[in-house]
Amino acid sequence: MDITEYIQLVFTDYTLRTITLGTAILGAVTGMLGSFAVLRKQSLLGDAISHAALPGIAIAFLITGAKDSNTLLIGALISGLIGTFWIRGIVSKTHLKSDTALGLILSLFFGFGMLLLTFIQKQPNANQAGLDKYLFGQAATLVESDVWTMAIVTGICLIVMLTFWKEFKILLFDKDYTKTLGFNTKIIDILITVFIVLAIVLGLQTVGVVLMSAMLLAPAAAARQWTNSLSVMVFLAAIFGASSGILGTAISASQNNLSTGPVIVLVAAVFVAFSFIFSPSRGLLFRQIRFIKNRRDLELHKTLTFMHHIAETHEDISHPHAIKLLNNFQGYTKNTLQKLVDKNYVQLNGNMWSLTKTGFETAANLYTKQSTKDE
Amino acid sequence: MNNHSVDKETPASTGKIAVKVDDLTVAYNYKPVLWDIDLEIPEGVLMAIVGPNGAGKSTLIKSILGILKPIAGSVSIYGKPYEKQRQLVAYVPQKGSVDWDFPTTALDVVMMGTYGSLGWIKRPGQKEKKASLEALEKVGMLSFKSRQISQLSGGQQQRIFLARALVQNASIYFMDEPFQGVDASTEIAIINILKALRKAGKTVIVVHHDLQTVPEYFDWVTFLNVKKIATGPVKDIFNDDNLTKTYGINYKVSIQE
Repeated sequence: MDITEYIQLVFTDYTLRTITLGTAILGAVTGMLGSFAVLRKQSLLGDAISHAALPGIAIAFLITGAKDSNTLLIGALISGLIGTFWIRGIVSKTHLKSDTALGLILSLFFGFGMLLLTFIQKQPNANQAGLDKYLFGQAATLVESDVWTMAIVTGICLIVMLTFWKEFKILLFDKDYTKTLGFNTKIIDILITVFIVLAIVLGLQTVGVVLMSAMLLAPAAAARQWTNSLSVMVFLAAIFGASSGILGTAISASQNNLSTGPVIVLVAAVFVAFSFIFSPSRGLLFRQIRFIKNRRDLELHKTLTFMHHIAETHEDISHPHAIKLLNNFQGYTKNTLQKLVDKNYVQLNGNMWSLTKTGFETAANLYTKQSTKDE
Repeated sequence: MNNHSVDKETPASTGKIAVKVDDLTVAYNYKPVLWDIDLEIPEGVLMAIVGPNGAGKSTLIKSILGILKPIAGSVSIYGKPYEKQRQLVAYVPQKGSVDWDFPTTALDVVMMGTYGSLGWIKRPGQKEKKASLEALEKVGMLSFKSRQISQLSGGQQQRIFLARALVQNASIYFMDEPFQGVDASTEIAIINILKALRKAGKTVIVVHHDLQTVPEYFDWVTFLNVKKIATGPVKDIFNDDNLTKTYGINYKVSIQE
């Protein structure tokens, strides 16, 4: 299937449209909430929550005996929340660090969930087949009602986020200070946490327990590279997440039905890689370029200063000196000399160089300029 | 609530009591970090809290502000429980307590000082922005208002925190080591602001490390080492005896008066 054919199908084919919409909404909401998780330094929380949701899915199935996705999601939500608040409890009541608590709860719940899954598989109930899709997700099983659930939760999440934007922001930046202003930080904290859990649970059917945390972190990590404003970051993360969903679904549908969840996660990873390399202010590439340019500038300035020292010894500043004189100086290369000529700081005359008036003045002002720039 | 026991300290001759702490005891585990602290801070003083590492200086401030939950004790601000008087109190946390790579600008951080008076949900408007810009100007940081906070130096970050507290327009200021890791020019700028606050009748309480500067900067001092050792005017109680009691070694500070 080529691209144009695919685009046509998205608008005409019901299943594909449902899946594309579902993964797009999911990407948007996880990207948005993921920004909060990343800024709270709770990147691993998403991983723990998604793993903690597994026993909930199994238990919900055991109780109802049906594979209705909404019922299973409620099970996942409850056990995800239990896991999350358990982690918080461990961190606040014991001396364990949060990564230890996260790891502990993650493996404990996941192990228990796997145990229940194998138990369910051994049962003579024909209905049980396919419950393991929650491990790695299966976007193809999304139906319209699932997308509606996602859209409604995303809508509520958006409204709450916009309403409590100021409270969320200050809590993320400085919790203690928020308390002294009279805000109940526990309520804000719980609000954020509950929405993160909700977003993760929503994605389990599509992306699965194992890969879900990438949906939370990748768009946020990528977005952080492009902006220094929280609102722009959240917005960009939503865009990156939604794009990962749409592109991932497209690639998976057009390439022999590759498993959608992993493809979406890989697309998100490409966003991250691209952002880490090419972002103008924080990206590796431009930082390296700036670093090299900075070094060159410094070398140039140092050479100019050195020449200035020599020129100073003469009354006539443009008195010519031998290029040989510069050989003892480390920063000097033929290249820098040429650049100084290009900038009209220096004139060359055979084996001799002399400073121009602008060159002399620039050199004399180099240090003072630097020190006033500081404050 | 009212404690009628006779206090050992003589309150400041002129003013009211701004902060009163009774029987405050705080423990993280088994060992108390603060033990049975009684403290009266008169209105209008510029007070240093001094003591060795682990003496509970930051803990004292955090417990007064309700950030930490004490095991026992009560705090009143101008005679009423702290919870009812929050709007009179501003806090400058330690600079290192937040992540300065947070995606926000200097002005934005200062604006956070207005959130308390705004209350839930309401967003800051022009009035809040104007007040924040004025606070930035007071700390000499107006030209950095749009700067991403990670691109500020340590001293500049401290000034931003100070501006955030200034914009609260409080009566009592609690500051946790505002001079930590700042250069000389920022230290002078900060102490000038603190002195201006005192002049305006505000009460300023500062966790302070540098004993040498206590007599120069402050007029009131509290010695703390788990228990309260002494509190009062610097000229009366800032002496070798109290320093030795607090720091446990024979401390000699030459006070030029």
